[in-house]
Amino acid sequence: MGRLNVTLCGVGLDNPIIPASGTFGFGYEFAELYDINVLGSLSFKGTTKEPRFGNPGTRIAEAPSGLLNAVGLQNPGVDKVLAEELPKLKACFKKPIMANISGFSVDEYTYVAEKLSADEQIAWFEVNISCPNVHGGGMSFGTDPKAAAEVTRAVKAVTDKPVIMKLSPNVTSIVDIAKACEDAGADGISLINTLLAERIDLKTRRPVIKNVTGGLSGPAVFPLAVRMVSQVAKAVKVPVVGLGGVSSAENVLELMMAGATAVQIGAANLVDPYIARDIIRALPETMDRYNITTLESIIGVAN
Amino acid sequence: MKQQLFTIESNRKLAPGVFEMRLAGDLSEITAPGQFVNLRLEGRYLRRPISVCDAENGILTLIYKVVGAGTEQMSAMQPGTVLDILTGLGNGYDLTLSGEHPVLLGGGAGVPPMYLLAKKLLAEGKRVTAILGFNTASEIFYEEEFHALGCETIVTTVDGSYGTKGFVTNALPEAYSYFYTCGPEPMLKAVCRFTNTSGQLSFEKRMGCGFGACMGCTCKTLTGNKRICKEGPVMKKEEIVWED
Repeated sequence: MGRLNVTLCGVGLDNPIIPASGTFGFGYEFAELYDINVLGSLSFKGTTKEPRFGNPGTRIAEAPSGLLNAVGLQNPGVDKVLAEELPKLKACFKKPIMANISGFSVDEYTYVAEKLSADEQIAWFEVNISCPNVHGGGMSFGTDPKAAAEVTRAVKAVTDKPVIMKLSPNVTSIVDIAKACEDAGADGISLINTLLAERIDLKTRRPVIKNVTGGLSGPAVFPLAVRMVSQVAKAVKVPVVGLGGVSSAENVLELMMAGATAVQIGAANLVDPYIARDIIRALPETMDRYNITTLESIIGVAN
Repeated sequence: MKQQLFTIESNRKLAPGVFEMRLAGDLSEITAPGQFVNLRLEGRYLRRPISVCDAENGILTLIYKVVGAGTEQMSAMQPGTVLDILTGLGNGYDLTLSGEHPVLLGGGAGVPPMYLLAKKLLAEGKRVTAILGFNTASEIFYEEEFHALGCETIVTTVDGSYGTKGFVTNALPEAYSYFYTCGPEPMLKAVCRFTNTSGQLSFEKRMGCGFGACMGCTCKTLTGNKRICKEGPVMKKEEIVWED
């Protein structure tokens, strides 16, 4: 075992760094920039049963230290993902893959999970019950412990792969949702998805984003992610994948001390396409500075 | 795409609210006129996408309009400042379809990409007509530069204070082989309505990353969903679906 190795739900990772879903496509575009096999894993673009265009009009707005997005789960649908996107990803990426899936009904989640389950390189499912930008699905499952548990049970029933539930911070008690997922059989919890937010254009006097609201991500949300990862890690026994505004090796160490076994990089990929690679490179030296011998040894030490 | 450091050589005002920034750096990723670059600015989270006006002899020329805090910040930058830039973004214009007499229509901040395009088409021996549209005489920039390239250059102003009165469409010649355009969306729409000739249009939309990762700028076309930053910003007239 190297200094950076971690184990997530029984699957070994060379390092804990995982580009977050929706900020890294299906990886192959980043493979033109660097060898993406340096990554621990990657969580691919949220996949649904049917192809989705997403939301119309302006989908992006800037924020102090971050951005709002209301993309709305644009993806080509699971059939095209299997036929076109996954083969392209696998051609340039040999590490375990995290399959991010979403749905508008429990049946849609299980349909997608079943279809993707046959792929051997997919090591985990990351079940998105936290997208704030779609109506009648996504986050509505992630804001009610019963609904969250129902999705967890249903996906667990159709796959042998570890199921990680991705939670929304747009709730009163994220711990209650996390516990409900754990009780329903979840193998892990990832958090946080984006925070519901809004910007208004002073010139047009209208919301910048046509969907009115969008999800806030970026360094602005990092301290919130630390707090929620810590709360959830203390409350559940299953491993936690931490994300939310991570932009440096120091941020990675901080989230791991809060209880994250692995760490996803999201918004930062959009402003610096090399950031995941650079963070991995910077980890050993940064660990030295804080007298950290192995990353495994610091998971949850702050709690 | 490449991430490069560029050094500002000059940054001057061309017209009220319009600036020309010349930067020295590696231009190898810029392969077609109509591509854009994405600038990282101190204190701003998202990069700023700006179209390439010219890229030659190690000098990248950008012309930008001050429309918000980011471009305002750019307008105050001094020579010697080093900027982190992603270069070679977007598809750019396809020159192979131009025919013998292409017309280039640029409106306001849409004029700059027409410059490198005109240069490349002239180098291929084409007869090029450039129509540069502005609201009023004081906003005009780059007229002499287009003349100096050796293309037929027509300036239009909406208020008639200079050149042909009206819109770029009012100055279209009777016969031409193809059109290339960049400008505000109402202008692009008008150009498409006005002409029976085929052509290419460059679009603008708020972007997250500028290189195809976030899906923030996707639009619908008759040939499928396209990311303005990756499969665009240049689209063919025949594939466009107008949003409103």
